[in-house]
Amino acid sequence: MFDPAQAHDTGVAITTSAPGMITLRGALEDTAFKAAVEEVSGLTVPEPREIVQSGEHRLAWMGPDEALLILPRDALCDTLAALETALKGHHALVADMSDARRLFHLTGPDAALRDTLARLCPVDMRAFQLGEIRRTRLAQIAAAFWMGEEGRLNLICFRSVAQYAEDLLSDAAGKGVVLH
Amino acid sequence: MLILTCPCCGVSGEETEFHGGGEAHLTREGPGADDAALEGYLFHRENPRGVHFERWRHVYGCGKWFHAARDTATLEVFGVYPAQTTSPPEDLLAVIREKRPGWTWRGLS
Ligand SMILES: [Zn+2]
Repeated sequence: MFDPAQAHDTGVAITTSAPGMITLRGALEDTAFKAAVEEVSGLTVPEPREIVQSGEHRLAWMGPDEALLILPRDALCDTLAALETALKGHHALVADMSDARRLFHLTGPDAALRDTLARLCPVDMRAFQLGEIRRTRLAQIAAAFWMGEEGRLNLICFRSVAQYAEDLLSDAAGKGVVLH
Repeated sequence: MLILTCPCCGVSGEETEFHGGGEAHLTREGPGADDAALEGYLFHRENPRGVHFERWRHVYGCGKWFHAARDTATLEVFGVYPAQTTSPPEDLLAVIREKRPGWTWRGLS
């Protein structure tokens, strides 16, 4: 039986934020597409399963023809317009996905963060690297997560299932669920 | 446990991160096909105990389709290869011949 008095505090805190998120579709290895994205975002187009960061801007590899640009909300409109202009004539798509997704931040001891996701995702969290982005299954939903620095794990999922994700994460990160 | 490595993003994930898309390399018979060919396309599938070729989608990952050759009995994966092909690559067939002498699958052996 679970006894709350015997519970451990894992030290994991969960917060959310609502940055701008722009989905880019196009051939990520195409030189012209790359140049246009790099010029506007100021970031190098990432290698497969990599996420790169500069200040408040992040660019994530989501698939061979998909990248996700995460940026402050107040830079969203200008960046969308600049990307549309830079990619004019290319076989590419720029879509504002800011309201389609929810971003969670889990902070706490590194081992506790890895344990939290290991309970929910079929991923070897011991081998998970800083700067890597992993799209996978979070219990019954699709999610993607990365660690830009030790002690802080970021996770995105669709907004329509954000409550489910929040409940799952809270449960898995909460008191009394320490894995030994 | 079935572990697949997606050739589109390089992730090695367990089966629940993927979605099976059925038998690989079917010819999509359409208008003009004779009755037997259409019936075969619609209804006849291989169901081997051993070497099998399938389509899979990395549904919780990069979202891409690919092909996989595996043993249905042992869950050993012989290899994965791009979706944009109508037959398995020769080097993969060589690997399977090495590991499962005498195997057959439709017209392949
Ligand atoms: Zn993949």
